Amino acid sequence: MSKVIVYPPTSMILSDLVERMGHKALVVPERVRELVTANDVQSPPLNVTPEEPKKGLRYAAVDVPSGVRGRMALIGPLIEEAEAAIIVEDPGWLTGCAGCSRTNELVRLLIRTKGIPVLDLNYPTDDAQAKVFVQKIRAFLEGLK
Amino acid sequence: MIRIAQLSCGSEYSGIQKEIERAAETVGAKIVYPEVSLEDILNVEKNFGVKVASGDLNLAMARAVRIVENPDLADAVIVMTCFRCAEAAIIRSEIRKFIHEHSRIPVLSYSFTERTTAETLLTRMEALVTTVKYRGLLARERQKGLTAGIDSGSTTTKSVIMRDNEVIGTGWVPTTEVLKSAEDAFDAAIKMAGIKKEEIQAVGVTGYGRFLVGKHINARLIQEEITVNSKGAVFLSDAQRGPATVIDIGGMDNKAISVQDGIPGGFTMGGICAGASGRFLELTARRLGVDITQLGKLALKGDFRNVAMNSYCIVFGTQSLVNSLSMGCKPEDVAMAACHSVAEQVYEQQLQEVEVKEPVIMVGGTSLIEGLPRAMEELLHVKVLVPKNAQYIGAVGAALLVSGLLEG
Repeated sequence: MSKVIVYPPTSMILSDLVERMGHKALVVPERVRELVTANDVQSPPLNVTPEEPKKGLRYAAVDVPSGVRGRMALIGPLIEEAEAAIIVEDPGWLTGCAGCSRTNELVRLLIRTKGIPVLDLNYPTDDAQAKVFVQKIRAFLEGLK
Repeated sequence: MIRIAQLSCGSEYSGIQKEIERAAETVGAKIVYPEVSLEDILNVEKNFGVKVASGDLNLAMARAVRIVENPDLADAVIVMTCFRCAEAAIIRSEIRKFIHEHSRIPVLSYSFTERTTAETLLTRMEALVTTVKYRGLLARERQKGLTAGIDSGSTTTKSVIMRDNEVIGTGWVPTTEVLKSAEDAFDAAIKMAGIKKEEIQAVGVTGYGRFLVGKHINARLIQEEITVNSKGAVFLSDAQRGPATVIDIGGMDNKAISVQDGIPGGFTMGGICAGASGRFLELTARRLGVDITQLGKLALKGDFRNVAMNSYCIVFGTQSLVNSLSMGCKPEDVAMAACHSVAEQVYEQQLQEVEVKEPVIMVGGTSLIEGLPRAMEELLHVKVLVPKNAQYIGAVGAALLVSGLLEG
């Protein structure tokens, strides 16, 4: 079993595909669940406190907007943990999104420069492409075993 | 309950959402998030004019369109994005303009960091709520009866006594101990007016020390500076009808307010550093060895182009000041360069965030430093008005507004 980060990092579709193939998907909703189910919810709705943008300084400098650093505090540790990655280009908002394009760019960069196996895919626009899309993901994940 | 629609990007991930909601609650308001459909977001380019790479900004624009189409959804709007995000800065400004042009809903825009607290937002939220809640009171154009106003500012405390639409007494002291300074300024105004304190029918208080002073003297009105200064500015400039822009460069922060019929429509409050405030001019006067009241007259004789000065940061501004003097620059050129630099910071950091419409009115103590309104005129290419008693603007606004409460 490998730990696989997906991009967009909020994509439940990609997460599901990874988990079905017996790997662990690294996705933001899991980090958010940890935060919001903590004993002490101080900062609703996500329980992200002003400490998170400071933790995000590990991934981006202080002159990077606080919203990017706060998001990186959630996504950065997932990238560090990742042993493989699936990146879907132009996924469309329904597939998942960090909400902030600067964060998306930094996430893709950090994944690519980590030196782990990366599967690059374009988002499918019809049924035939969707089948190929799933087959490629399956083959990639099987290769990780 | 006043409903403030929040159109934002990044606030939850900056850890400040709770602070925004706490500030709203403190002033009796509630933050709301207008619902939009996926279709609204997909059509944002068609309906708003642009779509951008960041999903949360597209959502904010879709919400702006929804509010304009359904003005009953919110009483006021706050547009907030991360400080230092260029994409967000463009969209924040465009959302503010869009709502301003297509509705009469007051808008506040603000760029935050993770250090933004409820206290930082409080005065801004209070002003936003006041413009909604007390629209009738803010529409008041004449002062009636015998009322007083106290402006407990960060640098100076001002007081006025007004009787039947005329200022009959003024008092001005440096702010040291907040309560004592307020009492001293108040007593001076009473003395000049030649009245007894007991005769005063009501007192209005504004400025940083408003809560402390207001409670101490049992003020009838305790109000933030944005609405009060707007009112005072248009009253003293005889510009109560139609549009106006009020610029108040204070001792600690600055306000730029877009006013329509005496009521603030959009405003910014802040300044990155004291380099963009009256503090830098005080420092310049001290370094030049002239009294602050003489700095403006000295500046009018100078040319800012002869001195390289940038007071984006007060420390760097002071360095430029010291360097220019050590290089033999003329004091009058240095004085004008300091005025120009402060005006330039306000122009670059704040006036880009409001609709600048004539008349442009400069108020507050710094407006009496003649070089400053001159520098602002050069930057804006419009005539800048400095009304009589401009330094008492907050106190006049408070005295005027509190007279409206006398009628029940």
